[in-house]
Amino acid sequence: MSRTLLKGNVAIAEAAVRAGLQAYFGYPITPQTELLEYLASRMVELDRVFLQAESEVAAINMVYGAACSGVRAMTSSSSPGFSLMQEGLSYIAASDVPCVVVDVMRGGPGLGNIQPSQADYFQVTRSAGHGDYHPIVLAPASVQEAIDFTTLAFELAERYRHLVILAADGQIGQMMEPAELPPMQSARETRPEWALSGANGRKKNVITSLHMQPEDEEAFNQKIQRRLAKIRQVEQRSVEYWTNDAELLVIGYGTAGRIAYTAVERAREMGMKVGLLRPQTLWPFPEERISELADEIQSCLVVEMNAGQMIEDVRLATSGQVPIEFFGRMGGMIPMPDEILNAIEASYARITRPVAHHANGVRG
Amino acid sequence: MQNEFLFAGFGGQGVMFAGQLLAYAAMDAGLEVTWIPSYGPEMRGGTAHCIVVVSDKAIGSPIVRQPTIAIIFNNPSFIKYAPQVKSEGILIFNETLISARTDRSDITTLAVPATQMAEKLGNTRLTNVLLLGAALRAVPVIPVEAVRGALETHLPARHRDLLPLNLQALEAGVSYRMPTSVTP
Repeated sequence: MSRTLLKGNVAIAEAAVRAGLQAYFGYPITPQTELLEYLASRMVELDRVFLQAESEVAAINMVYGAACSGVRAMTSSSSPGFSLMQEGLSYIAASDVPCVVVDVMRGGPGLGNIQPSQADYFQVTRSAGHGDYHPIVLAPASVQEAIDFTTLAFELAERYRHLVILAADGQIGQMMEPAELPPMQSARETRPEWALSGANGRKKNVITSLHMQPEDEEAFNQKIQRRLAKIRQVEQRSVEYWTNDAELLVIGYGTAGRIAYTAVERAREMGMKVGLLRPQTLWPFPEERISELADEIQSCLVVEMNAGQMIEDVRLATSGQVPIEFFGRMGGMIPMPDEILNAIEASYARITRPVAHHANGVRG
Repeated sequence: MQNEFLFAGFGGQGVMFAGQLLAYAAMDAGLEVTWIPSYGPEMRGGTAHCIVVVSDKAIGSPIVRQPTIAIIFNNPSFIKYAPQVKSEGILIFNETLISARTDRSDITTLAVPATQMAEKLGNTRLTNVLLLGAALRAVPVIPVEAVRGALETHLPARHRDLLPLNLQALEAGVSYRMPTSVTP
């Protein structure tokens, strides 16, 4: 396989095409517009559906409809546009239809700006829209991961008949890096048996998010919760660097995690025992691995491009075993490696020594 | 070994494309590379920049506070970025359009009359490729051959007729003998 120099937004678009995307609906917004722009010609060239909707509200409902009919459907947006989609996302989740939604996050709240941000963390991980559920949330830190996670997003969406959100930030969308694209999958010719594909000659399928009897709604909620429990058990993903003897564990995802890599690398050169865990799934959160590491480390530093939204998940995963500190930038500001390094040095200096250290804590 | 290139100038001067050419060439030479644009509300005539990190190992942060090499196309960018070049780094600038100077003695400053040279070749829009050539002479991280290849492959179709001139501009940049450490 050969490497191509690709912009994140274009890479996601082409990866979706190669994953067999059959219908795309969207509305332009910086910093994800190249995704839509690319698909505008690419989908038509392949005789697949591309439609620029009149708004994000319309786009997500078109995705909902297309997904109900059993075709692979996707939309993409950035934070303000993603907010507009909340109702549709909840309906999708309540209808057991697989959909992929890309949020290339930008500075907020409100109209905010067009610079990279991770301020939608709560919005994507808690429940996109109302109701009691979590989407699966994937957070790429490179153009290669943007491609791989797009492929994975379609797989997971269909495996679980669930909503999958690719939560990238503006920097992942805008940067170019060499990356490998997967081979082309042709668009599926059959429809899943649950799909609304015309009931001529068979029993009709019903897809609805409405359950007027609370007993029925509760039963449906229990079904969602069983599915989520399964997802939580098997789909946690993260990568680690220098964690096997780390006293301080830095945790960061996406662009913040990637910049933290440079800072942690420098801290290691300076002789500090620092490691990095970069969550690749934000929901399910990689709590299992972080919980294991909590037995081995002395302290934790969360790094994000928001006010510290992931701290809650890290605190739950570490069950109060270690102090949790935070460094972040907001409003579209990107943390620089040297400022993360300063935060690492400060956190590292605050570790109380000597403490009985579990030296056998080798990475599993 | 990691090198961080900052390209900065007016929108329309080919700043982004110069950075992309370097990125393509670095990839073709088997190196790791990232290219990041400024993507604020820039427009033609406003300032724009991109950062290209080239390394022989996996790249962490694609953004840098202090680039090791700055290639500066216009006066406002010179004023903004000359103070940011990493100590012992290199500052290459378009002498034709830049009147500002720096008193920094901890960096190597190289003046190239790029727009003037490009004009002699027949088109001032060759300034970007010429400055890239000059940068690669100063910091030979990738073979010039790779940039030549990248130009042949990635020059947009609408500028195809300018390929021979672009190759000449690259050559002119590479072979330009710069007086080192220009004094103010």
